[in-house]
Amino acid sequence: MNILHFAAASNIFSKAVLTSLIAGGVVAGVPLMFTALGESISERAGVLNLGLEGMMLLGAYIGFIATYYVHSATLGFVAGMAGGAIGSVVMVVLCVWLGLDQIVVGIAITLAGEGITSVLQGAQFGTTYPRLGAPATAAIPGLDKIPVLGPSLFNQPILVYIGFAFAGVLVWIYAKTNIGLNLRAAGEKPEALDAAGVSVIATRSWAAMATGALAGLGGAYLSIVGAGVFTPFMTQGQGYMAIVITMLARGRPMWILFGSFLFGISLSIATALQLAGINISIDVINMLPFIAIILALLIFARRSYLPPALCIPYMRGAR
Amino acid sequence: MTDAVTVPPQTGVTAVVEPPPVGAGGGRTRSRRVAGARDLIIRSLVPVVLALVAGGVLLAILGRNPFTFYSNVWQGGIQQGSWEDSAMRAAPLLLIGVGLTMIFRANIWNLGYDGQFLVGAALITGLAPSLASTPNVVSLVILFFVAMGAGALWTIIPAFLKARYETNEIITTLMMSFIGVGVANVLVKGPFQDPTVNIPQTRVIPLNRMLPSIPGTRIHVGVLVALAAALLAAYVLKRTSFGLRLHVLGANPRAAAHVGINVKRLIVMAFLVSGALVGAAAAVDILGVWGYMRANWNPGYGDTVIPFVFLARLNPLALIPYIAFFAVLSNGGDLAASNANLSTDFLLVLVALILLFMTVIEYVGRRRDLGGSYLTPGLKKALKAPLFRRRGKQQQAEHEVAS
Repeated sequence: MNILHFAAASNIFSKAVLTSLIAGGVVAGVPLMFTALGESISERAGVLNLGLEGMMLLGAYIGFIATYYVHSATLGFVAGMAGGAIGSVVMVVLCVWLGLDQIVVGIAITLAGEGITSVLQGAQFGTTYPRLGAPATAAIPGLDKIPVLGPSLFNQPILVYIGFAFAGVLVWIYAKTNIGLNLRAAGEKPEALDAAGVSVIATRSWAAMATGALAGLGGAYLSIVGAGVFTPFMTQGQGYMAIVITMLARGRPMWILFGSFLFGISLSIATALQLAGINISIDVINMLPFIAIILALLIFARRSYLPPALCIPYMRGAR
Repeated sequence: MTDAVTVPPQTGVTAVVEPPPVGAGGGRTRSRRVAGARDLIIRSLVPVVLALVAGGVLLAILGRNPFTFYSNVWQGGIQQGSWEDSAMRAAPLLLIGVGLTMIFRANIWNLGYDGQFLVGAALITGLAPSLASTPNVVSLVILFFVAMGAGALWTIIPAFLKARYETNEIITTLMMSFIGVGVANVLVKGPFQDPTVNIPQTRVIPLNRMLPSIPGTRIHVGVLVALAAALLAAYVLKRTSFGLRLHVLGANPRAAAHVGINVKRLIVMAFLVSGALVGAAAAVDILGVWGYMRANWNPGYGDTVIPFVFLARLNPLALIPYIAFFAVLSNGGDLAASNANLSTDFLLVLVALILLFMTVIEYVGRRRDLGGSYLTPGLKKALKAPLFRRRGKQQQAEHEVAS
């Protein structure tokens, strides 16, 4: 990051600090955004995906490996999506098809994701952590000349723009299409959806698969673009943060977008503060997003919303 | 408004094994009892065995010899006095398991054990030096209560949010856990850091200020504390009104309110008890084994305990053998993993496999309760077909008697 060359700046509102804050917020926020958007899909359909953390790690690892060997970030993202989707196959089979406990299976997926990626990383690279080159970015002509916002917002890998667009598409899907209606019915009143002749199981399965793929994509972005390296346990609770963001945003994509970048900024605030010459312990910084969430929950507790049929497996004819 | 996720931990509460009905038909009762025992054994052991086998297959895929791995586990977990280390490893695991059992009974998910554990651990390592002038017993008791209090305190916010607003406690306990990990690090690197060493760690508690060991062994008395806690918890859950109230709340919160239980207070109580037990686990581990705390130290005991809490069907007594098994696995696994040049996180995979197989076996078992079988009908027929053909009518007759 060539921003670091401006480290001499001591004013917290200097251009360099603001740029790095926003740029860091985007880098840290995009994985959260993809994962939280994904979670909004399955949560809407009534599947609480506690395995998100594991799926992110699977996506991060597989995406990293693909990029490392094939030298193509695009392929890495696709591989990451596949990795996350593999994690959610377990979820689909056990929770949606067989109706097993979503929380227990979710915890298992998280543990398995953490364990497997750590073991494979260790078996493959030992204690060395190979780095990837910086990914190609696409500057939007004109917009990238705006001071502060230009270099931080409008000079990003294409995937970031796709992510923004995807949030918009999701708004449309939720509000205007049959798919959106089916998803909501599967979470609010699955019996009604079944009575209308749409398979609840299929709806929930696709929703959970989409969630896994998006979480994998978020993880892949984290390892390929965000860090450029895969380290075990690198998600550090971001999967859970995504669940909270979705919960607080009540599943609305634009609010998720906003929330993700808010948390992204609080994740990246450490770098910015160091640029501003303020030294705060890294542990305090790491706690900030979680403290923010707890405060948000204490203040807005009544406003968070989850679908009534969340976590309740659907059994045809069962009461 | 209604974001209360009331999730029945089906793996736990529903599958209490029914006592066989006492009746005139002695033979029939016995066969039922045998079937019940067989069910229990299958449901309790098969997931573990399957997970070990699947883990072995994974090891083979990774190019490691699974037999060497598991024999190393045996070596490092049992042989040559390492069983004593395993027993000491079991103490915090058992206490956390009992703490989770108590709250899972009420169908509340306390997943913030890491934060509760580490905050307790950090506080007692920091406080221990200032208690140096008090008699050892007094200081140990004080430190135990400090750790328990810290663990309980760390559950207050989730408990309040759950009781007042029915906020999903899974999320809040996890968030508090992350904060707790950070707070512990801040404490260890800041006020509690040992100024005489360069690495961020607390002062080491001298050996004579730690938990004494049971005469004749290296095992500290914390193991007995953990066992006593398990026994006490079993008694409380089975024989006291508090245990019954937890059970009613877990089975049906609305019913609990209708019979006059103060649900809000009970939720908070369940959280406090659970957090205190997790804190006690920290005290046992720090005062019994480690004696100090390094920055970023997080043994992550809780994650690995969860499957066994469920496998034990939320029964503190049944938890003891499972924890003993896992303590051996985890203690010996350290040696085995380093011999096989693998990350010790491989144990996480094993734990996850146990969880997955457990839910599957539970599902199959539930179908069996509904008149099904462990095998799908087609598979069962295919397996039995040759027998039928050979022994024909006799088998048919037996089958009719049995059904």
